Amino acid sequence: MRLSQTSPEQVEVYRFPWLAAALIPALAIFFQAFFPVQFPFLRIFDVPLLVTIFLGVTRRNPVTGLVTGCIIGLIQDSLTHHPLGVYGIAKTVVGFGASSLGVKLDVEHAVSRFLVTYGFYLLHQFLYFSVQRGLVGEALGWAWGHELFAALVNAGAAVALFALLDRFKQRN
Amino acid sequence: MENLITRHRELSVLAAVLISQVFGLAVQVRSKDPQHAPLIRVWAVATVTPFEQAIVHAEGAVYGVWHNYLYLRGVRQENRDLKAQIEQLRLEQVRLSQDASQARRLQALLGFKEQSILATLPAQVVGSSGSEQSRSLYLDKGERDGLRKDMAVITADGVVGKILQAYPHTAQVLLINDQTSGLGAIVERLRAQGIVRGSPAGETMLEKIMADEEVQPGDRIITTGGDGIFPKGLLVGTVIKVSASDLFLRIRLHPAADLTRLEEVLVITKMQDVAPASDIAASPRAADILAQRLPGVPDKPTIAGAPQAGTSEAAAADAVAPKSAAGAKPNPPDTAAKPQGPETAPHRSPGPQAKPTHDSKPAPALKPITERMQ
Repeated sequence: MRLSQTSPEQVEVYRFPWLAAALIPALAIFFQAFFPVQFPFLRIFDVPLLVTIFLGVTRRNPVTGLVTGCIIGLIQDSLTHHPLGVYGIAKTVVGFGASSLGVKLDVEHAVSRFLVTYGFYLLHQFLYFSVQRGLVGEALGWAWGHELFAALVNAGAAVALFALLDRFKQRN
Repeated sequence: MENLITRHRELSVLAAVLISQVFGLAVQVRSKDPQHAPLIRVWAVATVTPFEQAIVHAEGAVYGVWHNYLYLRGVRQENRDLKAQIEQLRLEQVRLSQDASQARRLQALLGFKEQSILATLPAQVVGSSGSEQSRSLYLDKGERDGLRKDMAVITADGVVGKILQAYPHTAQVLLINDQTSGLGAIVERLRAQGIVRGSPAGETMLEKIMADEEVQPGDRIITTGGDGIFPKGLLVGTVIKVSASDLFLRIRLHPAADLTRLEEVLVITKMQDVAPASDIAASPRAADILAQRLPGVPDKPTIAGAPQAGTSEAAAADAVAPKSAAGAKPNPPDTAAKPQGPETAPHRSPGPQAKPTHDSKPAPALKPITERMQ
């Protein structure tokens, strides 16, 4: 299996129908807000983050990636009681990073998707906690064990979710 | 400069978006206006919650049809069990009502005021924040139903949280296991006061209890009522783990209300400070009953120059020599401190208005009554 992808000719850029591009993030946010009430164990998943990573690595356009991450993050912020911009900043960086990485790595394989999601989940959480502590001034506690486990669970879910979302993408 | 931005267009856009968000955050943190909800928040909530409400209500309707009309297996047996349970509860209710009336009498004597719940509004949980770091829920009722910020949210089992933001058709509830929540609570057995808040992992913790307090697993934690949001005495949870720290104990609680599986909650929409109803004033005393049954005693003739009713002099005279209608038998100074038998106790029990005085003298009007009683 080859993880690196150096030749620009090998890079395949995808796009999504506008309906899918709008509905996928909306459904992700709805899933995140609604289902944990019915099934509390689902709270550990961050589906909007997974969608941000997927759209980023698939479109491979850093500006589109960061704007998508920013919008998803701000909407997610709106549903919490924290100030707007905490998730926004974290997901903007993740969207930009995923798009930039998508150009350099082959993210079609399940293993690479797993590793990319694992890394970006931890980066996202680190940014989230840094912003909360540094800018907002709320002393949220960091639990290493919990975060590593959550990263593992989300990475596993990403493999399945990305395979499902692959059906909607169209070659550009 | 322009060349640099064009060359690094993507990084420039990233920097611009991040700076604008940081600036927005700074504005929000500085303003700290609790009533103000940014427009994007109102729009997001108004977009998401109607779908959640629709699904929850549809689910409730299907569940209701299935369980109320179709799936009735075991209902007869359940009905029998419930009837037996009602009988047991009735017996317990009699005992508890006696305890409650005794407690009310004592509270009235001590002049206590308590916060009573005047009105509640049932609401259904339709959604959540979707974040592990923000433990909050959304209800299907909002400002138009009478919900306001800082109203207490409870279930029959115990405390759930408080309303953080009321929107027109929904309301956001901050749960007690959120890290930013804070609820005044006491250990029921020890009366030690602390603060209930959440841990990063979502556990409910009791903080600020001194390390020398002997808190044990199983101890009940109840609200103090001092925060003005929750009435006093509501069950918050029970202690499940106690570990010593430097100055304070680290106490983990099992919340009384299951915060992970909330479906319906009650919002306390109206509370009032009320003095407990006194049974003493309402129920007639033994001396009053006797005074009514026995032949009447002529009122003491009014003497010119005597203090008139309603004046301070009259009040002073009442305190020294109670009238026969009050029926209070004054105690001689030498017996006032001695324990009395049960038959004399009602005569000595002070009402809210009449306080016993050790130096009171027997009124002349009482003499015939007591003689007839003997």
